[in-house]
Order: sequence, then structure tokens, then C-alpha cells
Amino acid sequence: MHPAPSVIVFSTLSGLGFGLLFWLGIDPTPPTGLTAFVFFAIAYALSVGGLISSTFHLGHPERAWRALSQWRSSWLSREGVSAVLALLFMGLYAISLIFLEMNATALGLIGAALALFTVFTTSMIYAQLDTVPRWKTPLTPALYLSFSLAGGALLSGRVNMAILLLVIAAICQFIWWQRGDAALSDSGTDLGTATGLGERGTVRSMAHPHTAPNYLVKEFIYVIGRKHAQKLRRIAFGLTFVLPIICLLLPFSHVLAILAVLSHVAGVATSRWLFFAEAEHVVGLYYGMR
Amino acid sequence: MPQNSHLRNTVAIPTQYRREKMTDLPTKTDRTLGLVIDLDTCVGCHACVISCKGWNTENYGAPLSDQRPYGTEPMGTFLNRVHSYEVQPEQGNAQTVHFPKSCLHCENAPCVTVCPTGASYKRVEDGIVLVNEDHCIGCGLCAWACPYGARELDQAEGVMKKCTLCVDRIYNENLPEEDQIPSCVRTCPAGARHFGDLSDPNSDVSQLVESRGGFDLMPEMGTLPINKYLPPRLKDSWDDQSLLAPLLEPVAEEPQGFLGWLDKALDKLPGGTA
Amino acid sequence: MTFQQPDLNISPKVSDEIRQTTCYMCACRCGINVHMKDGKVAYIEGNRDHPVNKGVLCAKGSAGIMQVNAPSRLKKPLKRVGPRGSGEYEEISWEEAMSTAVGWLTELHETAPHKLAFFTGRDQSQSFTSFWAQHFGTPNYAAHGGFCSVNMAAAGIYTMGGAFWEFGQPDWDHTKLFMIFGVAEDHDSNPIKAGIGKIKARGAKVIGVNPVRSGYNAVADEWVGITPGTDGLFILSLVHELMKAGKIDLHYLAQYTNAAVLVDAETGLLMRDEDGKQLVIDRTTGKPTPFDQKGVRPDLSATYRQAGVTHRTVMHLMAEKYLDPQYAPENVAEKTGIAAQKIKTIAAELARVAFDEAFELEQEWTDFRGETHKTMTGRPVSFHAMRGISAHSNGFQTCRALHVLQILLGTVEVPGGFRFKPPYPKPVEAHPTPHGYGRPGKPLAGPHLGFPRGPEDLQINEDGSACRIDKAFTWENPMSVHGLMHMVISNAHAQDPYPIDTLFMYMANMSWNSSMNTSGVIKMLTDRNDDGGYRIPRIIYSDAYSSEMVAYADLILPDTTYLERHDCISLLDRPICEADGAADAIRWPVVEPDRDVRGFQSVLIELGARIGLPHFLNEDGTPKWKDYADYIVNHERRPGVGPLAGFRGEDGDQFGRGTVNPEQLDKYIENGGFAIEHVPDAARYMKPWNQDYQDWAVKIGLFDAPQPYLFQLYVEPMRKFQRAAEGHGDIQPPDHMRDRLKEVMDPLPIWYAPLEDSSVDPDEFDVHALTQRPMAMYHSWGTQNAWLRQLHGENPLYLPTKLWEKHGFSEGDWARVTSVHGEITVPVAHQAALNENTVWTWNAIGKRKGAWALSEDAPEANKGFLLNHLIHELLPPKGDGLRWANSDPITGQAAWFDLRVKIAKAEAQSESQPALDPIKSPVPQGPDHLEWKVDK
Ligand SMILES: Nc1nc2c(c(=O)[nH]1)N[C@H]1C(S)=C(S)[C@@H](COP(=O)(O)OP(=O)(O)OC[C@H]3O[C@@H](n4cnc5c(=O)[nH]c(N)nc54)[C@H](O)[C@@H]3O)O[C@H]1N2
Ligand SMILES: Nc1nc2c(c(=O)[nH]1)N[C@H]1C(S)=C(S)[C@@H](COP(=O)(O)OP(=O)(O)OC[C@H]3O[C@@H](n4cnc5c(=O)[nH]c(N)nc54)[C@H](O)[C@@H]3O)O[C@H]1N2
Ligand code: SF4
Ligand code: SF4
Ligand code: SF4
Ligand code: SF4
Ligand code: SF4
Ligand SMILES: [Mo]
Repeated sequence: MHPAPSVIVFSTLSGLGFGLLFWLGIDPTPPTGLTAFVFFAIAYALSVGGLISSTFHLGHPERAWRALSQWRSSWLSREGVSAVLALLFMGLYAISLIFLEMNATALGLIGAALALFTVFTTSMIYAQLDTVPRWKTPLTPALYLSFSLAGGALLSGRVNMAILLLVIAAICQFIWWQRGDAALSDSGTDLGTATGLGERGTVRSMAHPHTAPNYLVKEFIYVIGRKHAQKLRRIAFGLTFVLPIICLLLPFSHVLAILAVLSHVAGVATSRWLFFAEAEHVVGLYYGMR
Repeated sequence: MPQNSHLRNTVAIPTQYRREKMTDLPTKTDRTLGLVIDLDTCVGCHACVISCKGWNTENYGAPLSDQRPYGTEPMGTFLNRVHSYEVQPEQGNAQTVHFPKSCLHCENAPCVTVCPTGASYKRVEDGIVLVNEDHCIGCGLCAWACPYGARELDQAEGVMKKCTLCVDRIYNENLPEEDQIPSCVRTCPAGARHFGDLSDPNSDVSQLVESRGGFDLMPEMGTLPINKYLPPRLKDSWDDQSLLAPLLEPVAEEPQGFLGWLDKALDKLPGGTA
Repeated sequence: MTFQQPDLNISPKVSDEIRQTTCYMCACRCGINVHMKDGKVAYIEGNRDHPVNKGVLCAKGSAGIMQVNAPSRLKKPLKRVGPRGSGEYEEISWEEAMSTAVGWLTELHETAPHKLAFFTGRDQSQSFTSFWAQHFGTPNYAAHGGFCSVNMAAAGIYTMGGAFWEFGQPDWDHTKLFMIFGVAEDHDSNPIKAGIGKIKARGAKVIGVNPVRSGYNAVADEWVGITPGTDGLFILSLVHELMKAGKIDLHYLAQYTNAAVLVDAETGLLMRDEDGKQLVIDRTTGKPTPFDQKGVRPDLSATYRQAGVTHRTVMHLMAEKYLDPQYAPENVAEKTGIAAQKIKTIAAELARVAFDEAFELEQEWTDFRGETHKTMTGRPVSFHAMRGISAHSNGFQTCRALHVLQILLGTVEVPGGFRFKPPYPKPVEAHPTPHGYGRPGKPLAGPHLGFPRGPEDLQINEDGSACRIDKAFTWENPMSVHGLMHMVISNAHAQDPYPIDTLFMYMANMSWNSSMNTSGVIKMLTDRNDDGGYRIPRIIYSDAYSSEMVAYADLILPDTTYLERHDCISLLDRPICEADGAADAIRWPVVEPDRDVRGFQSVLIELGARIGLPHFLNEDGTPKWKDYADYIVNHERRPGVGPLAGFRGEDGDQFGRGTVNPEQLDKYIENGGFAIEHVPDAARYMKPWNQDYQDWAVKIGLFDAPQPYLFQLYVEPMRKFQRAAEGHGDIQPPDHMRDRLKEVMDPLPIWYAPLEDSSVDPDEFDVHALTQRPMAMYHSWGTQNAWLRQLHGENPLYLPTKLWEKHGFSEGDWARVTSVHGEITVPVAHQAALNENTVWTWNAIGKRKGAWALSEDAPEANKGFLLNHLIHELLPPKGDGLRWANSDPITGQAAWFDLRVKIAKAEAQSESQPALDPIKSPVPQGPDHLEWKVDK
């Protein structure tokens, strides 16, 4: 899949943002006043910024509100609805904490659940797609949720929790990659089933329908060298998990904390880039790719 | 035989395939209109591709735009494209198969259920899957959900385009009745494209699917495509020594012998001298 | 929250009006319905009533809308201001353009008409352009057939009075086995596809003979991946098998062919009576009898002794020749690359279907001998072939061999077999002979192009030099019935046989894809004499678009597009007939040009009048015709016979013959742009010998008297040339040509290796290189079409598995391809279903930077390439001091497909090589996006 920057930015930032909101929402002793303002500002900047970024790839952003209508069937719609609700509840919760210095626990818990659900819906947008075997697995929600929770914990300064969740996320990521590499071939879908000619022999694409590129090729067929991908995986893994954990294990300092966060964000972005770039859409089979 | 060669004449979607929260796909359509494409006859001429482009540029929704039409990487929106494949059997010559592909108007269309706006929908009256361009936000998710590459996001208009099964032709009273068929079917010089109601077991298309072993693309996706493909017929049987036709018996090896035979044979012709 | 389906208008208005005319996105000439909205072209679809396409349309046809709006369209006449080839032009007025041309041409007409060389490309007004040239008085006229497929046309006409090409068709309704040789697309594009679709729907079988398995060969049930240039051998091996097994149609051969005609044992000429009629031995009387007598039973096995000499029939000679073991499947298998067993199987199947599945059509008919038959015997085997067999230097004889094969099976003009389309069948005798002696100020005595009957019809001077600039009808290519357009520029440049003054061309991209040796031709067009003047002093060219050739002319006459002009697709030329009907068609301006351009034919009419060509003026000196439309309606070739056959006579109800009808064009428009007259039922088959057909043909003016004839298995005119080479007669070839003529002018089909094989080392150049036409692209002009160029904007060189693996290629690699003549470096791709010693690419995709209103970084101008750089119009020197033409030695057909190359892996390139310098474009580049909708 084409790793569109807007989608990578969206899923990286909003995952962190909603993760942070989650932790803020369930915090029995949440920050209040200015501290609360700073935390919520960060969380909103990340989640809303991510959402706005995601509209950049829309053909008609002005009609984005229509996306809230099909929540009964569409994960994307659910994501929209859930995000709006999460932001709404958390907004009220935040207002009460910042301005009223009041902990509306119920609002926080509902908001936290919605925030987490939003992350889940995002993951389901991908995990539901039969067309991308690498994504079509319960591990994808696990991956998104663990990333979001770990990132949120990290951002909210929950050191032990962050270490624990980073380890869990790392395991998810590792298994997800392992599974992903075999996903297409394990799916049983190949050019043979795609053309229905597989029983007659080995099918090979001889010529594309157009010598010119098209939307499908640009959107769905992104070829990245295996070596290159492996290198990026190592970088992503180091930045997302290893470096932050080391920082967290060292005696606390603000510099280390900021380093841990920045490293983690950069790592998640890299991992998300790979999430798309390595994903093989079955349409690629028709074009003889992979 | 292709696995999916049986004819499905019920329009209801088998429950094992029914998508979990599939509230936006009709559970039943009155008819299932679609195409049957004959891979034994398609010569790969691209006539259907351009005819489709022409009709749909001028008709339903926004025109199918072209970017850099006179430059490098010209890239336009097309609703139908023709691939070329080679099939290498275990023994014998490779075979070339030209392979047209457009929306298959799936009964269990994932592109519809993923659509957040309801712009993608499947018509209850005939099963045609369409995009309401006025509601489409151009998020592209439906194209992601389609296994067949049948949807293209128009780069100029920012909305999703797909085969409409020429919904604005097949019922169009401004067209003579014989022309109330999809543009690509009307134009196909080889007659490799057929249009009709696949829910009616007696329709020509259903009959063709039945008699020629029509099959589904990627049946494992559970999309239940309406469009069917007819497989290429058996090829190169004369290379198969075991199926050889009886060879010719010589009447003569030599010119002299041949002339002798000729004399005798001529006598047997009507009007011969015998 | 139930989902509401939007309200759709499923019955929108389609258009304001439909205008019916004829497509010209290629030469197939389908009928089109042009849907108009707001006076603009909105959508093009096929015309269901049209005889050619019956409603279907190919990709190019539907893309016509993008041709009519193409930014490459020329806008105004152009005068060259920079050096030739730079592309620097100034727009001028039509008056200036016309007076310039009139100035140059009038002088030539009056003093030295042969110094004008007027050659036209694939236009469809040859009966008019040749008429113009004939009245100008220059011998130097031809269209493009010489480099196209003259072998196919000439072999067909000499053998059976008609050819494949678009001049005949299989009996799609009855055929059960269809064998197609060397066709990628052909002129009859849509009819062939429709026919294949039709027979496939019936489950009939298709055999494809082609080194490449794509297109028609992809759908063929049996693929014969033959080695290029060896079809003749394969076909003669089938003939061998069939004759050996006695599986030939003896009745048909005896009655309708010259198989039973006696050959004079001394001269090798056919024996004739005093009236010149071919003689057969009648089985009933045992006496020599003219072939066409009532009740005659020609004896195939007869011998005739006269004055101590035994004369034998053609059949005897054929038996002797083709039963020879050299044609046995085992002996041709290696050369042809086809297993002996497969050849035998094919022969057996042809015989089985032709004879065991023969059927009788209940249709009474009377033959030319006056005998009535209750039924017509059907033999459901049919053949078709095109440039794959004809564009070789052995192509004429190969095409002949194929015709002989179908005739032996008795499948020509019978139900289920191959059928002619009117005005064919037509024996050689009904065609003119060539005319080539020009006199200042006078018309030629007859048409330029014709069918030589023997050495007396050659166009050579007393001293043996050629009359024509292209050296057509000389000993080098005695039967070059279409001329040799591919030799014009090189001969004019070499001033051999003489210098010319003005090269006037129309619709041929000679500095690019239609020339062999493209870079060489570019040099010739720009080469100068010592005095600084161009070696070819003046070039006038008419094109509608900014093609590569535009840059090389001094004066450009911009043409209209096909939807903007009158045209006439005439029975005098290349009509749109089908086997069951005579038909012709028009084009008419369905839209007015939005530029200052004029239909070329109208321009020629004005030029003719202004130069003062007698036939173009009335007695009072006023122009005879206002424009081409006027000519189409009012010109009469013979009394009552004009360019259009339909709606003649006062009431417009006559077909073929009739007085001029001033309303004729309106009638055509009303009728959908065409007219058709159906062949009567009893005349539908057996046409060459069918009285009803002959009478009908006379009635509609195809001929003036019935002219039944025999198929010529043995072609006597060839024997005449052969005899001359043996030293007989007054007109003698130069000595160095004798051996070759003796060999190739064999009156019975033979096979010899393509000539290139004997002048290059086949071990070094061990790979055959071919081109194919893409179905969705027409030569060079498809590229300006925004829709079509997305389909074919680049062309890889396809390599078979053997070469792919041998050189270790992988996707994205490049190869250096070398012939004796040149070298190209190009991208490669793999194709398994390909003859293992053959590579190929799509024809004419590569473009010159700056042409066609494309950007300079367009893929066509960077990755796209031409194979033409590897092909030369002459063969490499053989050390005999001569440069032999790279053409068929009989017809002069350019031998495009003889090409041999060697291949090596190359570094990946940023552009295909050779990369020529850009030329300046006379038109601006096209827009960077299109949303083409009339009301948008
Ligand atoms: N390598 C290789 N080369 C080949 C062949 C091959 O098989 N292989 N095939 C050969 C054969 S058979 C042929 S016929 C030639 C074809 O070669 P060409 O005859 O050169 O064909 P086109 O490229 O179509 O060029 C015709 C010119 O006509 C112009 N034109 C188009 N429409 C109009 C019009 O309406 N009016 C006017 N005035 N001009 C117009 C186009 O712009 C173009 O410049 O190529 C030959 N070259
Ligand atoms: N779409 C489209 N249609 C066209 C044209 C076009 O440019 N585009 N051009 C028109 C013109 S001008 C012409 S002349 C016709 C030509 O029509 P075709 O004759 O169909 O033209 P080519 O593409 O040259 O096809 C030659 C075929 O012969 C095969 N071949 C080559 N060598 C051999 C051989 O030795 N033996 C056998 N058996 N096969 C061989 C090649 O693989 C190829 O498939 O098409 C006309 N129609
Ligand atoms: S028009 Fe018909 S023959 Fe041509 S590519 Fe399309 S389906 Fe195949
Ligand atoms: S082919 Fe693709 S776009 Fe068409 S209905 Fe099926 S899933 Fe949807
Ligand atoms: S692109 Fe349009 S039709 Fe497709 S899912 Fe998005 S809104 Fe729906
Ligand atoms: S049915 Fe209509 S929209 Fe669909 S591919 Fe055919 S022409 Fe295009
Ligand atoms: S074959 Fe195609 S391009 Fe040629 S005349 Fe017919 S529709 Fe036009
Ligand atoms: Mo041609």
C-alpha cells in the first residue's frame, strides 16, 4: 500500500493522543488546573491534529461530516463517531478539571473507554480488510491498542506502566511482523485464484492493462526491498521500544524523558510507514506484483 | 473444472458469508444484473475499455479525468481495464489470456459496507453497486476493500469512480431497446462480453455460465461476485500425442503413383468416363 | 436509520442529434454514430446497420473524440523558415501556400512532369489521387502498398483474382476450421474479431500460425509458433501431405482451376487456342478443348502428344514438384520449428473437415459453362493471412502457396470457405497494365499501377534504366503492382535513376515509422548538394497533425480530421463491401473545423485547376469541380459509373450505374453514410464461375462484360519473366539478375529462405525480430490520443524464455539489439508463448521528441523505440558490387520481417537508444489535464 504521509501522521499522532486521553480519563488522581491544561492540550493536539491530517487525503473534506452516518456497518464511520464522542466526553472532563478543578470520574471513564474504542476502530479499518492479508488479523487491534496504551503511558509519565506496555507492544509488533511476512502466501489468494486460471497452470502477468500508471498501481502497489524493510524494522523497533525503555530505566531526567518520547514517536511513525509500505493488497496480484 | 462453476440462482446471500454488521447491503435484490466475460474469445483489443471511458466521461457523474494526458506518466480514470496473462501448463506451450476486469457487482460487496458515508450502495432493484458522487468524500476505503481493483478515485473530482453497469443506458428510454445494454458489451467486436440477469436461471447469461463452466474470481474472498468468467477452452490438444487425430493414409508416395491414383479417382467423379 | 437509495435519473438524455459517418481511426472504415451535444462531439459508437462493423467499434474508434480534439492538429499552412528537420515554421495564408505550390508544380507539369514524385500513404482516395497524378503526367505516383502488403494483394490476384487483406472473408456462418497465418490485427479489424467470436460461439476451431501468441493467436485453439519466414515451407508440406493422401478436391480443380490446363513442354507457357483460350483435354472427347466450353470435363491427368512432344497438365507438374520428399514433414520440421507430427495432424484435420464435413447448400446455380447445379458444395475450412507471411522477401511465393493450398482443398468461394467481396473476384485480365511514360503537359496514357502480364509491361527505358523513381516494374521487382514507396526517398537522394525536383507526399510519416532505416532517411531528407541546395530540392507534405514528417517539408498543407471533411470510400478503390453485398461509404463534415485547414482532396482539386490540368477544367477554363464533394458526386469514370455507386440516377434509386444525382450525398447521409446492394442468392458463392454473379457484376458496373475465369495455380506471367531470364524474347534482364529471376519467378509456388539469411550470418544474427500492430493503436497517430496513449505509451522488446534465461534477464532490464545495419538499446520483457528464436515489439510506439504535441519527457519519446533503425531498404553488400534491395524480388514488397538480430544484456538506460535530438513543434503542447465532457 502507498504509505500516504497524511495517514501515517494521523495514525501515529491520534494513537498517541487517544492513548494519553485514556490514561488521563482513568486516572483516579488526575492533574488539574494548568497541569491538566498542558496534558489535555498535548492530547488534543495529537488526536485532533491527527484527525485533521487524515482529512488531507480526502477528495472532499468539506463533506467529512457525512462519514458519521454509517456507523452501523462502517468501521471508518464508527471511528469518526467514536472519536467525536471521545473528544466530547474528554472535553467536558478536561473542562471540569482545568477550570472547575473537579474530577468528574464518570465522564473520564466514559471518555477513556471511547478513546480506547476509537483506537480500536482505527485498527479495525485495517484489520477488517480481506484484501490486505497482512492486516487481516486480531493482532492488528492488539498492535494498535498496545501502541496507543504504551505511548499514552509514556506521555503521561507512567514509567513502570510504560515499560510494561512497551514490552507488550514490542511483543505484539514482533509477532505481527512475523505473521505478516507469511500472510499473503498463507491466505491462499494468488494470481491463480485471482484469475480463476490457476488450475490450468502457473499464471504470470505478461502486460499491464495500461503502460501508463494508474490510481490502483499508485495506491496499492508499493514495492519495498526486503533488505531495506528489515533495516527499517530494526530502526523502528529500536526507536519505539528499546531506546525509550533504556531511557526510562535510567535515572529520571527531563532530557531523557523527552528523548524517550521523541524516540518513541519517531519509532511509531516508522513502524506505521512500514505498516503501509509492506502491506500487500491483493490487487497487486493482478499486476504481477509479489 | 473451476471450483465455482455451479450456477447460483438464489439472490439471497448465504449466511456463512454474510458480513457481521452488514446493515447496508440489501439482503436480497430483485434481480442480479451483471456481465459474463468469455476468456475463450477475448482478443484483448481494449475496445471495451475505451468505449466505457467514452460513455462514462460524458454520462454518469463526473467525467473520467486524465492527468498529464500529453505528458509523462499520463494517468486517467478507467472503469474497465484489460490485463494480459500467460498460463504455463505443466506440459506444452504457454497460453496467453487477455483478461478484462471491471466491477463484479458483488452480492456481498465489502466496498459498500466499509463506506463511511453511504455513498457506496448496492441497488435493491438490480444489485448494481454504485457510488453516489454527491455524498462521496473520496476517502478511498472502498477501493481498499475491493479485491479486484474495480474502483478508482478520480484525481480531478476527488470522488470514487467505478463501473455503473451503465445504469444510465440499460433503462434509458432515449436509447433504442437493443442499445439498452452496457457500452462495453455493445462495442465488443469479438462478442466476448454478455450482459443479463444472473438470478434468472433461464437467461442467456445464466445458460452460458452453466454450459461453459463460468467461474468467480477470488471466491475465497466471499464477495460473491455477480460477474462470471467463462474459461478458455482446451488448447493445443494436437500437441498431445495421445489425442491425435487419425493421420492421412498415403495413396501414393511418388508422382507416378499419384498420377495413377488420379486417373482412377477421376473415373469415380460424377461425369467421369467410367 | 435505514439507508435511502438516492433517486437516480436512469434515463438521461443521450444527445441532441446523431450524425452517421465513417470512422477513420484506421483503414477498416466502420460506420459510426457521432452523438452531438451543443454542436460538439459527445460520444462515438458503432452504427448497427453498417455492413463492416454492424454496431461494434474498436478502441480507436471510440477514442475518435480524442483525435478530433487533439492538440497536435495543425492549424494553418506552414512555410519552413529554419533548416529542414529543425521544425521551424511560419504560418502562412492558404493563398500563399497554394500559389507557392502552383508555382512549383505548373513549371514541372509543363516541362518535366517526371520530376514530381507524388506518393500518398494510407489514404482511401487512391482512385482520385492517382487520377490527379495521371493527369499531371508524372509516372511517379503510388500509394503505400509497396511497403505494406503488396505480396498479399498481388499473389491473390495473380492466383485467384482476389486477395485476403480486406478484399475477402471466411464464410463465418459455415466455417468449422479457421486457420490464420501471420495476422496481428489487419485492415478488417472488427470483421475478423466478430468472425472469430461468431465461430467460437459455435465451438468451431481456430488454428493460429504465428511466432507470437497474442491477440487472435491467444484465442486460437491450436497455436503453431512457426519460425519467421518459413510459412511457405510449412504450407507446401501440408500440400505434400494432402496430395500424397489424395485429399484434394478433384472436381473443383478440374472445373474451376487451371490444374487441367496443358503446359507447353517446350516453353512452359499454357497452351491456348487461336482465341487465346487456355486448353484442356476433355475427358469425354479426349481432345484439346478451350476450358470454357459447355459440357467440357477437363482431364487433370491428361497428356497431349503433338509433333513428338508430350505436353502435360499443370496437375502433373504439381505432383512432380510437391510430392518431392523435400516437402515431407520430417524434412521441414527443423527449419519451420514445427514438429513433423503436428504438420501431419494439421493436414489430416484440414482434410477431415474439408471432405468429411462437407455439406450441400440448397441453392441452385448455373456455371459459366452453362451447366446448372442443384446445390453448392460446402467445404467448411477457411484461411486468412496477412503481413506475417507477406512482409518477407519470399512473401509473394508464400502467399501463392497458401492460395494453392486452399484451392487444392476446394475451399475458395464455396460455402464454408474463403469468399471474395465485390469488386472481387476479378481476373488479372480485368486489371490494367502499368503506364509510365510521361510527356510534358500531357496526361499518362493510362493508370500508373497495373498487373504486368510479362516483360513487355515493365516500365524500363531502352537502355534498361527505370522509368519510375521507385524503380517499380523493373527486373528487380517485375510485378511491383503497388509501387515501392519505401524506395522513393533513397532513390531520389541517390538521383538514381534520375534527380527529381519536388517530392509531394500525403499522409505518410516517412521520416519515422514508415521508413526502413529511419535515421538514414532523415539524413537523406536533409542532405545538401555542393551548392548548398537540398539534394531533394522541394518537399510538399499534407498531414493533419504534428507528426515527425512535418519537420522535413518545405511547405505544409494542413488537412482536416476525419470528422471535418468529405471522403469517399469507393468501389473504384477500396470499398467497404462484404461477401454478400457491394457497398461504399462517405465521410462528411459532422463538425466544422475550428482551424484554418482544408481537406486535402479539395486542395488537390484546386491545385489541378490552377495548374491547368485538362481534366480539372471545363471547356471555358473554369474549374470543373468546386471541391471534393463536388467531384464525388459529379465525376464519372465511365459513363454512369462514378466514385459512389449508391443512389445514382435521377430518382436516386439506381446502384452502380446511373446518371449523376445531385442529391447523392444527402441520400448517403440519410442512409447512415453508406450504400449497399446485396448479391442475389444464387450468386453468393462460386462467383468467378457463377453466371448470376457475373451478370449482377455487369449490372452494377463492376465490369462491362462477364468475365469468368480459372484460378491460376500455374501463373503464366511468371513463367514469361522466367523465360526471359532463360534468354528468350527481346526484353532481357541484365545478366547479374538472371539466376535470381530463374529461381524466384517459378510459376508454381516455391519456398526459398528469406534473402537476408543469405547476406548476413545466421549464426551470428541468430534471432528473428518482428513488430506487431497493437489493436488499440494506429501506427504513429494513435499516440496523440490522450486515451489510447495510456494503453500503449511504451513498448518493451518481448523475449522468449530461452533467450530470457540464456542472457539472465530479469524484469526492468535492457538489451542491446544489433543487426548488420544498426543498433538499438531498449527495455525488455518476458513472454513464454513465443517462438524460441524470435523477439518482437509493438509497432510505431516510439516517437521523436517534439512531435505530436507531447512533452519531451513523454514515455513514447524516451522509453518507446522503433525497430526501424535496425532495418535497411538495402541488403548489406555481398561483394558483388551491388546493393540488392531488402524487398521481395517479385513484387518489391519491403521485407520488414526478414530482420535478423543478436541480443546482449545492456546497462539500464535513461532513454532508449538511439535518442535523436528533439524537433521544434509547430503546435503548442497539450493541456496538463482533461475532463472532457461537453457540458462541463
Ligand atoms: N518496423 C515496422 N515498420 C513498419 C511496419 C511494420 O510492420 N514494422 N509497417 C509498415 C506499414 S504496413 C505501413 S502501412 C506503414 C505505415 O506508416 P505510415 O503510413 O507512415 O503511417 P502513420 O504513422 O499512420 O502516418 C501517417 C501520417 O498520416 C497523418 N495523418 C493521419 N490522419 C491524417 C489525415 O486525416 N490527413 C492527413 N493529411 N494526414 C493524416 C499522420 O499524422 C501521420 O503523419 O508503416 C510501415 N512501417
Ligand atoms: N490497430 C491497428 N490496426 C491496423 C494497423 C495499425 O497500425 N493498428 N495498421 C493497418 C495496416 S497499414 C496494415 S498493413 C495491417 C497489417 O495487419 P497485420 O498483418 O495483422 O500486421 P502486423 O502487425 O504487421 O502483423 C504481422 C503478424 O505476423 C506475425 N509474423 C511475423 N512474421 C511471421 C512469419 O514469418 N510467419 C507468420 N506466420 N507470422 C509472422 C507477427 O507476429 C504479427 O502477428 O493492419 C492494419 N490495421
Ligand atoms: S472488447 Fe471484447 S475482445 Fe476486446 S478486450 Fe474487451 S472483452 Fe476482450
Ligand atoms: S468488484 Fe469491488 S467494487 Fe465491485 S462490488 Fe465487488 S468489491 Fe465492490
Ligand atoms: S471513497 Fe467515497 S464511496 Fe468510497 S468509501 Fe469513501 S466515501 Fe464511500
Ligand atoms: S458496464 Fe458500463 S461502466 Fe461497466 S465496464 Fe461496461 S461500459 Fe464501463
Ligand atoms: S477498426 Fe476501429 S479504428 Fe478502424 S475503422 Fe473500425 S472502429 Fe475505426
Ligand atoms: Mo500497411
